[in-house]
Amino acid sequence: MIVELGHFALILAFVVACLQAVLPLIGAERRDPVLMALAGPAATAQFLLIAVSFGALTYAFVTDDFSLKLVVDNSHTLKPMLYKVAGVWGNHEGSLLLWVLALSLYGACAQWFGGNLPVRLKARVLAVQGAIAVAFLAFMLWTSNPFLRLAFPPMNGHDMNPLLQDPGLAFHPPFLYLGYVGLSMAFAFAVAALIEGRVDAAWGRWVRPWTLAAWLFLTIGITMGSLWAYYELGWGGFWFWDPVENASFMPWLIATALLHSAIVVEKRESLKAWTMLLAILAFGFSLIGTFIVRSGVITSVHAFASDPTRGMFVLAILAVFVGGALTLFALRAGALESRGVFAMVSRESGLVVNNLLLTVACFVVFIGTIWPLVAEILWGRALSVGAPFFNAAFMPFVLGLAVILPVGAVLPWKRAELSRALKPFAGALALAVAAALLAYALTSGRSPLGPLGVALAVWLVAGAAIDLWQRAGRGAFGNRMGRLTRLPRADWGRALAHAGFGVVIFGVVALTSWAVEDIRVLKVGESYPLGPYEVQLKDIRDEPGPNYTARVAEMVVRKGGAEVAVMHPAKRTYPVAGMATTEAAIRPGVFGDIYLVVGDPQDGGGYAVRSYLKPFADWLWLGGLMMAAGGVMSLTDRRYRLAAGARRPVGVPAE
Amino acid sequence: MRRLGLALALALLAAPAFAVRPDEMLPDASQEARARALSQGLRCLVCRNESIDDSDADLAHDLRVLLRDRIKAGDSDEQAVAYIVARYGEFVLLKPTTSGANLILWLAGPAALLGGAVLAFVVTRRRASAPEAAGLSEADKARVAELLKE
Repeated sequence: MIVELGHFALILAFVVACLQAVLPLIGAERRDPVLMALAGPAATAQFLLIAVSFGALTYAFVTDDFSLKLVVDNSHTLKPMLYKVAGVWGNHEGSLLLWVLALSLYGACAQWFGGNLPVRLKARVLAVQGAIAVAFLAFMLWTSNPFLRLAFPPMNGHDMNPLLQDPGLAFHPPFLYLGYVGLSMAFAFAVAALIEGRVDAAWGRWVRPWTLAAWLFLTIGITMGSLWAYYELGWGGFWFWDPVENASFMPWLIATALLHSAIVVEKRESLKAWTMLLAILAFGFSLIGTFIVRSGVITSVHAFASDPTRGMFVLAILAVFVGGALTLFALRAGALESRGVFAMVSRESGLVVNNLLLTVACFVVFIGTIWPLVAEILWGRALSVGAPFFNAAFMPFVLGLAVILPVGAVLPWKRAELSRALKPFAGALALAVAAALLAYALTSGRSPLGPLGVALAVWLVAGAAIDLWQRAGRGAFGNRMGRLTRLPRADWGRALAHAGFGVVIFGVVALTSWAVEDIRVLKVGESYPLGPYEVQLKDIRDEPGPNYTARVAEMVVRKGGAEVAVMHPAKRTYPVAGMATTEAAIRPGVFGDIYLVVGDPQDGGGYAVRSYLKPFADWLWLGGLMMAAGGVMSLTDRRYRLAAGARRPVGVPAE
Repeated sequence: MRRLGLALALALLAAPAFAVRPDEMLPDASQEARARALSQGLRCLVCRNESIDDSDADLAHDLRVLLRDRIKAGDSDEQAVAYIVARYGEFVLLKPTTSGANLILWLAGPAALLGGAVLAFVVTRRRASAPEAAGLSEADKARVAELLKE
């Protein structure tokens, strides 16, 4: 019964979305306040209905309702409760429901927190949101309905893919979807502004918090995905340039460019056309990502089950929304005349370079991702584009961005003198070079990428510190320290995010250049050296789990004779799914992780043991979280909090 | 004991790597290092986007053994890879060749960067030399002076 209610709620949400997409648009054209006022309640209603639908599907999973085809395909009575809940979105249909839930949530938030938006703009924004919801709800109801029933329910289900039965599943997709879908808000703002024919500084101010929210969720989502791959897949890799990873990375690159471009629109009323294009492209890449993941067009570790009709539908959605928006952009290009004037060297031009590097980097990733498809269609060549290509093609952009960022961030608006701007950075440059030399001395014989990465990381972090220090004004040291604490949160957010970028570079470089690895066959009781440690395989035994049996090894790690850790790598076999997973044992540390994997028994009585020392591994994800934290700080800046619920000053009659 | 020495040598030479089993590894450390480096560029054909160095699949194991056999037989890096490509097609290469249409792939990035840079340069130059808003007229300047005096 509850499941039927959920299904009905979904259909109702579709109807509400149709109304939300059409009526407020007409109202905004005709300046009809009644029709425009429909947008807000429609958005709220849509969210509530989809929440009910989502709740119903979760209820079906939690109560093991095997009359639902989705639950049969993806669940099992013995599956732990966490994965019953998280498994709601561990499949195509359920994850689409999560998608539209996030979409309606953003629309409802635009209604609840968008009090500062002018009525016509808000009506149009919600209408565009509604249109996107119509498209995706139609996609769900017609091709990917999660509420399909089976006439003869089986006694039990097929269990979920064991690789997904991990806490990462509870966090990675929700954050990722909040990010993807949040970019639809930027898209809606762009299209609404284009329909209205007015893009001004105020628009830049309004679009920024929504883009920031989407960006920071996407950052967290990608960081968590990388962390999950690191500990789940059994060899400590963290990025594979897999098409689905690229599908999340491309919107992130564009969203970063959009974030910075919107600043220029807000502060200087320049780069309007650029920003509009970026807003449209950001959501466009979100949709392309959806297409890549769900159409089966490209093979990937991540992809959902492929189905050509679904692929065609998503392609149609992509064509309608992005094509329509770009057409609108072309028609309204005249309204985007910029007013600001800026010199060849200025913060605006620095941000233009930033936009250029990020957008071309995204383009490179895009071309690499679809090239196998293009080559097959156009020339009948079956070829692969893998990590070697992406690393070679993408690294120069990271290099360029990292070098320019600290200086560009402190350039004055409108007109700057490069020599004057560079002066405070002499110290940072010296520090970076010194750090590089130190790294080179400590790790001589390893890849030259190491010292270069260290230099870039130190350059970025020192640059962020200089940025803050300069903002603290001039004068006595004590005064400047005091002023530092009183800086607006947005300044701290910016410094934190930029420093986080440096930390990410450091983590990546450390992991790829300085890792230590060891592969051997080990019998129970034997030990071997691993870097400064000595590892001993003490015991191997079988342990049952809720829906698996595990072969767990007990390995003792010692340093200089003293016991440092006891780690338990395992290999799990899931009988229902018929799959095995490797559970690596990881001991995290500030200076690096110890990563142990136990494999199959070898002829001769031993076990294949793989061990790694991963230096500074956790700094990679710390850097990602720093960037997201910077975003949160910026988002909670006073100007956004005040604007939302500002009390109007009470007028005092003049004497 | 020899395994210990071998593994130690690998630990000093190798980048992080993955699914190689102890019984596959070549006795000669430098040959094994070559094999590891080359494996990272070869695709596991039955997996989804993994190299044979990463994958645990049986086919990946077979390809790793094949590669090591060629290296042991004295092939150079290019010859060993060419041997495998001759049998499995260019699909097995993770780094696409620069032959024919693939040039578009490799040059697209630099071309876009160059094109974008030229565009940005031209637009920014035009913006930089755009005339600023005209200053105040003489009458307005006089008014401002008067107002400031008050």
